[in-house]
Amino acid sequence: MKKTKNLSQIILITVFALLCAVFLVPFLLVLSVSFSNEIDVMNYGYSMIPKHFDTSAYGYVFKNAKTVIDAYAVTFGFSALTMVLSVLVMAMAAYPLSRSYLRGRKAISFYFYFTMLFSGGMVPSYILITQYLHLGNSFWVYVLPALVNVWYVFMMRTFFSGTPEEIYESALIDGANEYTILFRIVLPISKPVIATIALFMFLAKWNDWMTALLYIDNQRLVSLQYLLQRILKNIELLQNMQVGSVEAQAAADIPAETVRMAMAIVVAGPALIVFPFFQKYFVKGLTVGSVKG
Amino acid sequence: MRLNTAKKTAMVRPTRASRGALHKNQLQLYSLLAVPVLLVFIFCYLPMVGIIIAFKDYRYNSGIFGSKWCGLKNFEFFFQSDDFLKITWNTLYLNFLFIAFGIFFALVVAIMLYDVKKRAAVKTFQTVLITPYFLSWVVVSYMVYGFLSPQNGLLNSLLQSMGMETFDWYSKPDAWPTILVVLSIWKNVGMDSVLYYAALMSIDDSLFEAADLDGAGRFQKILHITIPSLVPIIIITAILKIGNIFRADFGLFYQITRDSGALYDVTDVIDTYIFRTMRTVGNMGMSTAVGFLQGVVGMVMVILTNKLSKHIDPDAGLF
Repeated sequence: MKKTKNLSQIILITVFALLCAVFLVPFLLVLSVSFSNEIDVMNYGYSMIPKHFDTSAYGYVFKNAKTVIDAYAVTFGFSALTMVLSVLVMAMAAYPLSRSYLRGRKAISFYFYFTMLFSGGMVPSYILITQYLHLGNSFWVYVLPALVNVWYVFMMRTFFSGTPEEIYESALIDGANEYTILFRIVLPISKPVIATIALFMFLAKWNDWMTALLYIDNQRLVSLQYLLQRILKNIELLQNMQVGSVEAQAAADIPAETVRMAMAIVVAGPALIVFPFFQKYFVKGLTVGSVKG
Repeated sequence: MRLNTAKKTAMVRPTRASRGALHKNQLQLYSLLAVPVLLVFIFCYLPMVGIIIAFKDYRYNSGIFGSKWCGLKNFEFFFQSDDFLKITWNTLYLNFLFIAFGIFFALVVAIMLYDVKKRAAVKTFQTVLITPYFLSWVVVSYMVYGFLSPQNGLLNSLLQSMGMETFDWYSKPDAWPTILVVLSIWKNVGMDSVLYYAALMSIDDSLFEAADLDGAGRFQKILHITIPSLVPIIIITAILKIGNIFRADFGLFYQITRDSGALYDVTDVIDTYIFRTMRTVGNMGMSTAVGFLQGVVGMVMVILTNKLSKHIDPDAGLF
């Protein structure tokens, strides 16, 4: 009996190990090409193992590409800022909605909820943001529209409602005001859900190419993902060049195939490194938040 | 629940001792709500006013309110074009495939994961399977390009080495439903399985112990305990996903296909059509009209499916 149990465990683990290997193949392919020699790629195509190990693609990305550094700074800036501000703003919505004595709670909940059901659509938002709010080509267009994610507001509200009432009671009796309760009590004891949402917000912004596609023309304000999208078609963008024949000539020398894949690694890397650290929180946060209160 | 209300009245009483205090608390709560309410008003409710563009012949220099009304012309154009049926069909068909295959594989992963005894192994597998979820479609499009690139792609090299015909995959429409389904599963299966896995963790262990005593095998246990206890959550996730069936994952269809025109017959969905009509064609009126239709139908679908899921499980659903 014990033997068959062990055997089935071994089979199961082997199956999963294989599945994980398959899942990782696309990462390894990109990684491999990014460390390949450009001439090998020209001759033999992409391969899972570099024929000659070569780091010149990364050298190129970091040496020549001021564009990349700019995009990195912009992207990191708006991702971190959105993460902090959005958690704050969403908690400011979620906490009152979790209090049973808030007057008009149903109506306010519906006010938020309705935006999940229906939206004006792409064109009206586009015209509002560019023509009326004049946020086109501005850093803030990455931040402001993303601050309230109603789905996460309700996730937080559910979590807040789940904390024992006694905590609120004693705080209220002690004469604490609502701000103190929110910032000194509720937020500190809600770490799993806050961490989960913070991670999701950060990654959503880190992965944001849509905002730049719609609203940003200024090369210096472009997000990393959008830059990556554009160099798949047009590697010369990496060169940060004024249109001129000398630079255009130089563009021909870019080891395009390997540099592209190196860029993909440079762009995806931070997200991949950050997320395992949050994992212990977010499986908990996700499952708690998804149970309706 | 009854206990809870008793507690609440007990709690409110001390504050109610002075009406001023309670009033103050209300004001404090409202002041907290002010910023999020304002942001939602600006970025969610104001655009709804812009829906009138759908009934106008929009000109940039005249603005929303200056442009001339044109009745239902934008809608008529859309319904008379071949695109209407094509993009609606593509959206529904591909989303249906994503939902069916997505749920199936997420279940398989969750059930298998539940049987793995080593906690550390479970965690590692989960981490690997979830990782793709955190990549942008742009990064994924590079990975896909690594396989499908007509000159250097791994797939073509493989086919060539086996003496088979190679293709320019970005202009070969019939391959794309499969490619898109595989990618959708690869990216989402880890995250989707978390939910089922959590549901499995809450199954009463004594059920399995009783089955063990009765001499039930692994597959009998899966068939008679695991799957039946998952049925409600399967139905509910399916229903909720069907509620969103008119909304396509724009990134998947736009980035992964590299917006290749040769593939539009198969890969053009409502969301890519709206974007292209606005950006490339510049027909703001029609783009808004299609978005409006999608929004209304989507809303009706979500409300209906929510009602349905609540009917099955009163605790389920979004509201």
